[in-house]
Amino acid sequence: MNAALRETLTPARRPCGSLSVRVMGELCVLRCSGALWLPAHGTLVAGDLHLEKGSAFAARGQMLPPYDSRATLDRLEAEIAELAPARVVLLGDSFHDSRAIGRMAAEDRARLDRLAQGRDWVWLEGNHDREALKQADADAVSRLPGRVVGEVTLGALFLTHEPEAKPRPGEVAGHLHPCARVMAHARMVRRACFVTDGRRLILPAFGAFTGGLNVLDPEVAELFETPPMVGALGRDRVHALAWGSLV
Amino acid sequence: MSLPPLFADWFASRGWAPRRHQLDMIAAADAGSHALLVAPTGGGKTLAGFLPSLIDLAERGPRPAFGPGSGIHTLYVSPLKALTTDVERNLMTPIREIGLNIHVESRTGDTKQSKKQRQRDNPPDILLTTPEQLALFCAWGGARAWFADLKCIVLDEVHAIWSGKRGDLLNLALGRLQSFSPGLRRVALSATIDDPKLIAEWLAPRFPSPLAGEGGPSGPDEGYEDTHPPRPPAPAPEAESDPSSVSLREPPSPARGEGVVIVRGDPGAPPVIDVLVSEGRVPWAGHTGQHAIPEVYAAIQRANLALIFVNTRWQSEFVFQQLWAINDDNLPIGLHHGSLATEQRRKVEAAMARGDLRAVVCTSTLDLGIDWGDVDLVIQMAAPKGSSRLVQRIGRANHRLDEPSRALMVPASRFELLECQAAKEAVADNAFDWEPHHIGTLDTLAQHVMGVACSEPFDMDDLYAEVTGCAPYRALTYEAFEEVVDFVATGGYALRTYDRFARIVRNADGRWTVRNQQIAQRHRMNVGAIVAAGTLNVKVASRRGGASKQLIGGRKVGEAEEWYFEQLSPGDTFIFAGQVWAFQGIVGMDALVTHATGQDPKIPSWGGAQFPLGTSLAVRVRAMVQDRDHWRVLPPDVQEWLELQDKRSLIPDADSLLVETFPRGSRHFLIAYPFEGRIAHSTLCMLLTRRLDRLGVGPLGFVVTDYSLAIWSIRPMDHLDWDALFQPDMLGDDLEAWLEESFMMKRTFRNCALVSGLIERRQPGAEKTGRQVTFSTDLIYDVLRRHQPDHLLLRTARADAASGLLDVARLGQLLARIAGHIRHAPLERASPFSVPVLVMIGRERVGGDAADMILEASAQELIDEVMEDAHPRQDGAELMGAV
Repeated sequence: MNAALRETLTPARRPCGSLSVRVMGELCVLRCSGALWLPAHGTLVAGDLHLEKGSAFAARGQMLPPYDSRATLDRLEAEIAELAPARVVLLGDSFHDSRAIGRMAAEDRARLDRLAQGRDWVWLEGNHDREALKQADADAVSRLPGRVVGEVTLGALFLTHEPEAKPRPGEVAGHLHPCARVMAHARMVRRACFVTDGRRLILPAFGAFTGGLNVLDPEVAELFETPPMVGALGRDRVHALAWGSLV
Repeated sequence: MSLPPLFADWFASRGWAPRRHQLDMIAAADAGSHALLVAPTGGGKTLAGFLPSLIDLAERGPRPAFGPGSGIHTLYVSPLKALTTDVERNLMTPIREIGLNIHVESRTGDTKQSKKQRQRDNPPDILLTTPEQLALFCAWGGARAWFADLKCIVLDEVHAIWSGKRGDLLNLALGRLQSFSPGLRRVALSATIDDPKLIAEWLAPRFPSPLAGEGGPSGPDEGYEDTHPPRPPAPAPEAESDPSSVSLREPPSPARGEGVVIVRGDPGAPPVIDVLVSEGRVPWAGHTGQHAIPEVYAAIQRANLALIFVNTRWQSEFVFQQLWAINDDNLPIGLHHGSLATEQRRKVEAAMARGDLRAVVCTSTLDLGIDWGDVDLVIQMAAPKGSSRLVQRIGRANHRLDEPSRALMVPASRFELLECQAAKEAVADNAFDWEPHHIGTLDTLAQHVMGVACSEPFDMDDLYAEVTGCAPYRALTYEAFEEVVDFVATGGYALRTYDRFARIVRNADGRWTVRNQQIAQRHRMNVGAIVAAGTLNVKVASRRGGASKQLIGGRKVGEAEEWYFEQLSPGDTFIFAGQVWAFQGIVGMDALVTHATGQDPKIPSWGGAQFPLGTSLAVRVRAMVQDRDHWRVLPPDVQEWLELQDKRSLIPDADSLLVETFPRGSRHFLIAYPFEGRIAHSTLCMLLTRRLDRLGVGPLGFVVTDYSLAIWSIRPMDHLDWDALFQPDMLGDDLEAWLEESFMMKRTFRNCALVSGLIERRQPGAEKTGRQVTFSTDLIYDVLRRHQPDHLLLRTARADAASGLLDVARLGQLLARIAGHIRHAPLERASPFSVPVLVMIGRERVGGDAADMILEASAQELIDEVMEDAHPRQDGAELMGAV
């Protein structure tokens, strides 16, 4: 019952309680939004936006709300407003499928243009949006702001979409949508999370409708030689969790 | 008119005479009236429902192979799959013995695909099915032709389905069938209920609707006709002189297709109900009745076949375990609950029917009218929570109407004793719980509209007329209906980007139809209004050979809710299906378990009683508490407890609310005694703690029982303005604000999303697990709430939460009742009444063996404290009973 009580007495949201870690010596600020802030490079990184996931389902006959792109861009905009990054890197799978750009509402497209203005805006290719990004390059109708690249190097860090199976110091990737579960007061809590061992870093998915994969799944767990630290996204802060406390 | 000789002879050959209500049902059929039969169990109710159809079919002669008259004649709908099997068996007896050429089949979710196909090509005369299958029929292409000959639909155990989403869906299907076959007669069978008119109103079609402009009957009171009030039991069979020419009274006769005749069965002999007071003592607190197990066992020894009802599945496992622990005579005692594998349940049922068992511990899975074996004793462990449910359960004992049923209630605590006493008196007075007025829900309507579009193109106005002819939707406005259709088509979003993806589209003639067959197919896979909690298969684990040593699932033991296993760590032991298991882990949809050797399983959580205290019992318990003369019927230790409460604190009168405050340990406690059931109490606590937080009292936690609630805080609460604290305006903004954040709201939204078809549970080729569904609907809820807070599904979810999960209506009545009648007792220490809820605090926090010891010790300490200088000789061990 006390879980219910906590919920009843929830305090007001506070500004982002981020968590700072070093990956190969580079300062990484894990934001409560799920984005990564690299102060030394003035760079904001967000993974797996999956824009237009709702409409992708709708096209197949399941009418999920069409507001997910808007919600995701709201959050991205808030981060940009707070940090004023010189560069924004989107880690791939920014669009849910190859036709996503065409389904985007005009005002959401216009907002993307506005956000990209005056800064280096970088789209990395992901498995979901490789086709979409190719089209955006080729055809004026789906034109996107910024540039499309395969990988970005920033100091000791390599930014890429999909983590490689072999150890690769300095790799910052998305793709896996990691998620952590802990048990407390007979209630299971499940949250999207960052995962890092100080050598590589996996970002949570940033999109509003993105599900998750438990970090204990071999696909995530086997990327790390020693038990990594997990940064779970809470309501107003990132919680550092020990590997052993996860279920 | 008379009962056809063929049938009269059959009754006579069995040594029976037709009962009055059976003849009344035939008369109602002759008059073309819809009929509601209200009769106790064991009165030949099902036969009464079918007799008119059997007579009609007997007179019809051979059925044409095709063309008019070749279709299905009677549809029977029961809330339980198992009931269809049972009824099929019972129905075949007269058909066989009279030698009728009538084809009866059943169709449920378990029916083989080949059989289903055959039924479509070649329908039986009588088909037995469930509401979910009926909803599916309505989504068939060609449904209209298939049902064109339907003469009669029989709804069994209608009291168990009518008021809820299943009832909404069933009623919409009735409307559909009525349009397929306008002469269709609706027949409903119900257990004894307080106000049959409510169900009669629900059952009645209202054609044509006002919109169609023809002006149907106007008032809700028109068209009902009650047959005569109950008479003494029917004469014994031998009193009937000439069974071949039984004459019937002139039936009450409203015009065809309009009214509903209410037929009342004769009341059976009044049941004999005892309340078990174990060794003259009733425990202070608890909820299992563990203290009385030896006496329950003794009662089983004396009975031929006893049914032992408990309120939750886990309680059934516990009681089963306890009985076997002392089963020195090795009596065959079985276990039956909804989590067990189907084959296992069937085995228990078959053993009951054969008379191989002496007792079965069961949950509400055996509540409804399934007739297995010769049950002669019903034992209710812990309080029944509602008088209607008690009557229903007692009805399981002794299916001969003229002999009294025997029942034994085993209260688990002192408040429960009051409740059992109240239930006993309620049954004697024929007082039953009332059902709150139910308005048809829009998620259910959305499912139906989609089904209709899958079946055939529909015209907006015609379907609106059909839907508003269905009782739960009588007040539906055209605008609301349009909104539902828009939701079905495009999701009903203000941002209109989905118009090109619409699931249903308008034809050239303006009719709506499903966009393509693939979408129709997906809808049919997801029909139904019961949304089960995510369940896992419980399977015996075995280790795969080779290097991986990975666990894999073997034999399936049953199914259980996901939340239960989420509380267990690998290695934890628990009881399931009557055995002790060690939990090994969850793999996909399976919870893997191994046989455990230890005798002391941990049971991490019992969950509370499934049902909250019913309204009519609540009123009786409150009245009993304040009526000192009434105390005399209670056991001596309970009387002492009441007297001590009077001395130490207060005995509230029936309309007032007692609030106690006292310090205990380093905390301050507020205990209130509304007697309105757990759900309303939880909601009240949620809202009170918000207010207390604003008042700076520092609330730390709360627990509730069906009778009382406890809130504890950092600072004292003695000085509070009680009328202000309990102001009914908490149901306004406070409720709204809390609801928005509540996880309950998310769960409710998930149900609405599933029922309405926004989220699909089943997709071709892939089964979504409950966990995945929960996760994604939470995200959808958050996004939708921010961007379109007035969306149809959010409104539906809020209404559902208010009526079901939160019991807001009942809380509202409570707050109105107590306004200006709050009696505050500032105390030095805990009162006698407060013990049960204070003991709950301990139980919520700890689990396992060590925890139980801590718990017992602290509970005993509490009782000692309360009893201090009152009763030096009290022996604690006995008082505790099962905590």
